[in-house]
Amino acid sequence: MMKEHCNILVIDDEQVIIDSISKIASLEELTVDSSLPGKVAFEKISAKDYDLIICDIMLLEMDGFQILNELVKRNVDTPVIMTTGYSTIENAVKSLYLGAIDFIPKPFTIDEMISLIHRAMRYSKLLEAKKKNVESVLLVPCPSKYYRLGYSCWMNKELDGSVFIGASDFFVKTVEPIKLVELLNTGEILTQASPCAKFRTDDELAHPLYSVLSGNIIERNEKVIEQPELLEKDPYFDGWLYRIIPTEFDYEMKILIPCSSDRS
Amino acid sequence: MFRKIGTKLILVVSVTAVIIIGVFSYFNIERQTEVLRAEVQRHANQLSESVKNATRFAMLKNDRDYIQQIIDRIGKDPAINDVKIMNKEGEIIYSSRPGNMGKMLDKQAESCYACHAANRPLEKLSMKNRTRIFTANPDSAQVLGIINPIYNEPSCSESDCHAHEPSAKVLGVLDVTFSLKDIEKQIQSNEIQGAVLAVVAIVAIGFIIGFFVKRYVDQPVKELVNATEQVAAGNINYKITNLGKDELGKLGRSFNDMTKKLDETSQQLYQSTKMASLGQLAAGVAHEINNPLTGVLTYSSFLLKRTKDNPQMQEDLNVIVRETMRSREIVKGLLDFARQSVPKKSLCNINEILDRAIAVVANQVKLNRITIERINDPELPEITADANQIQQVFLNLFVNGIDAIGQDGKIQVRTSHTSLSPRGITQIKNAVCGKTHSLIDPQHKIGGMSSIKMKIKSNGNEGFVYLDPIYGNHRHYFGINLDKGSSNNLSCPTCDMSLIDKTAKCPECGGPVYKIPVPNQGFIEGCASFKDIWQRWGYVDAAGEKKFVEIDITDNGCGIPTENLSKIFEPFFSTKGQRGTGLGLSVIWGIIDNHNGVISVQSEVGNLPAGKAGGTTFSIRLPQGNTKAFV
Ligand SMILES: Nc1ncnc2c1ncn2[C@@H]1O[C@H](COP(=O)(O)OP(=O)(O)OP(=O)(O)O)[C@@H](O)[C@H]1O
Ligand SMILES: [Mg+2]
Ligand SMILES: [Zn+2]
Ligand SMILES: [Zn+2]
Repeated sequence: MMKEHCNILVIDDEQVIIDSISKIASLEELTVDSSLPGKVAFEKISAKDYDLIICDIMLLEMDGFQILNELVKRNVDTPVIMTTGYSTIENAVKSLYLGAIDFIPKPFTIDEMISLIHRAMRYSKLLEAKKKNVESVLLVPCPSKYYRLGYSCWMNKELDGSVFIGASDFFVKTVEPIKLVELLNTGEILTQASPCAKFRTDDELAHPLYSVLSGNIIERNEKVIEQPELLEKDPYFDGWLYRIIPTEFDYEMKILIPCSSDRS
Repeated sequence: MFRKIGTKLILVVSVTAVIIIGVFSYFNIERQTEVLRAEVQRHANQLSESVKNATRFAMLKNDRDYIQQIIDRIGKDPAINDVKIMNKEGEIIYSSRPGNMGKMLDKQAESCYACHAANRPLEKLSMKNRTRIFTANPDSAQVLGIINPIYNEPSCSESDCHAHEPSAKVLGVLDVTFSLKDIEKQIQSNEIQGAVLAVVAIVAIGFIIGFFVKRYVDQPVKELVNATEQVAAGNINYKITNLGKDELGKLGRSFNDMTKKLDETSQQLYQSTKMASLGQLAAGVAHEINNPLTGVLTYSSFLLKRTKDNPQMQEDLNVIVRETMRSREIVKGLLDFARQSVPKKSLCNINEILDRAIAVVANQVKLNRITIERINDPELPEITADANQIQQVFLNLFVNGIDAIGQDGKIQVRTSHTSLSPRGITQIKNAVCGKTHSLIDPQHKIGGMSSIKMKIKSNGNEGFVYLDPIYGNHRHYFGINLDKGSSNNLSCPTCDMSLIDKTAKCPECGGPVYKIPVPNQGFIEGCASFKDIWQRWGYVDAAGEKKFVEIDITDNGCGIPTENLSKIFEPFFSTKGQRGTGLGLSVIWGIIDNHNGVISVQSEVGNLPAGKAGGTTFSIRLPQGNTKAFV
């Protein structure tokens, strides 16, 4: 028996958030379901088939991270996006570390939310296709000595201690075709799990990429700015974004996922 | 009741007094009794001698009536119980009590015992042996008896009237007995007197001791106890007055010193705690406000998309969206202020940031006829900082300066650079054990900064030691009594993993060395026996002297009274009433702290009638190096 399908499940204890997301989703003609945190949420998740879950972090009954953990335990592979009114670097890092595909601080604009939903729906489809081994999705594998933050941003340490960072193939595929790449300047500082680049697409949406590490930018890839398609063609080599000197390398490495684990 | 020191003291002293005075009185009365008795004895002996002498002639003449007469007369004396003379065989031949005449005395009887103990006839006896004290019948007073042997003299044996054998040495015995009634009365009154005296003395001593204990022990102790209770209850400013010059007074003075120090440190802590709690408040507010803001933002933007054909409405909605976005930024700023966000640092030129800040206040300065004087360090190095935040710092300082001046005045802005040894200025912001448990303890602050907490075992004692978080400073706090120089074991409070480097020895004392990993910044090492102050942080030492950029902003305004100096960095402290929120300087403090910098203030209150100009200087020191704050 096929499960009933719905696009988005919002887990939040604030009605205004549920209403807001419903409004935004209606613009994209997506269906939204909502749930209070706690058991009810899990009942809904097992009863229906969702493309995406948007979950608040600061919940009274059950903390959003607990929900995230519980979903991993129950082998639910629906992508999860965390959101909170208490947006700190720590919360963002923790969300991505625990398996959320994205993080969005409140209050968000319609455009921010739409771009996020777009990525997530694409992510969901890619995952589906990958599961069914559809030939048309040609994923470029991440080199095994690379590390990544969540699924989006990768890093590769050079012998001289500098680190190359870029966007993963999977992330690029959730946003392509990319019309414009916006990068920070050399000398500026990156903070782990904060936006480090913006990819603009034809539909006027801007997609932020969250940095894999903190550090000082010593070089940026001007070629990517000129030819954004480099990102799609060769995301792990010619499509790199920055070379940085990491500032908290050992500390931040602990929450990164080795790409070698993708091959199992 | 015996819980009080004073009561205990009084009790001990009283018991001692009772014992001493009691023993003394006892022996005193004993001695007096003895003296009295000896006196009576002597008197009796004399009397008995007199009787013997008085009757001597009559005896020689054997004038029995005359002898009886003398004895009767003597016997009339009320003090004298009985006078009798016995012959050798023990027959009473004369007596002042007629009933006794002719009675035979048992030689074993008490009165004869001394002489006849060995059935030996009476010979020469000492006076002591001739006297005896006895009770004739149980209900009468004690009686003292003295016997006086009558010896055979040549005149007796040669007398013609009644001859005694010359071989007999003792012819008879004169026995005089005295009633001791009077003496006993006197002894008794002596005893009573002594006892009364003793009791009076004991009570007097008790009162005197009691008074002194109350005055010099009880009251100060009570005051000390009261003071500790006051301090425990939070009244940290409580002072002990009426301090004597004795040890208790000294104790009181060190108590006052202690509370003063406590007060000072708590003042310092106050600022950081207040900032922290304000941070929590801000975080809570941010969380609460962001939900409704989301609604406003979504619905207004939604309407904006839906009303593309209504320009008037678009305009209004745009205002709502714009203002909501502004609110979003303000709340974000609040979170930044709450130090929940990392400053966005990049290389920047302080002189340029100052230019921009001055441009913002240029109009206001001109209106108030204030001049801004610049003294720029042309070789000022660029530093890593969040330019926007630093600009806000300068702006707040300028606005405060303008407020302080009012009209007509000068603000001087000076930049310079210095370098300082890392020791004594570098804060250890992160420290972990081998298993990466953090050792930083925000609960226990030293100099306002989170200390480094380690478990310590020393001589069987176990507790915690809190290391001074400033490299090279040694205001460590030891939670246990530490026998300095003993072999201490230091370990992680979470997993107990040792922090002692077994391969190293302290170069000062040869003792053990602790080695604490600082993530990405090497290790802190130091003398683990705390006998000396050896410490090394190779990572920081290798970076050499730390370079700083200094910015001094001086105004010649009204100045800040000394009593306000410690308060101005507190959130919501303002002397400007409705016009000021009192957040300016506390925001500055947070930003500078976030940049690992320090801000200090010097001020002089002006007194224009006296011709004394006032003024205030805020000095900021920012590290040039790119050692990012560990948040
Ligand atoms: N340059 C100065 N000269 C004299 N007093 C000053 C100076 N700077 C600050 N103060 C004193 O410190 C207080 C606190 O300053 P702060 O900037 O924190 O708050 P405020 O200026 O009163 O209000 P706000 O800046 O939030 O509008 C001021 O009210 C003032 O009494
Ligand atoms: Mg101010
Ligand atoms: Zn540990
Ligand atoms: Zn030593």
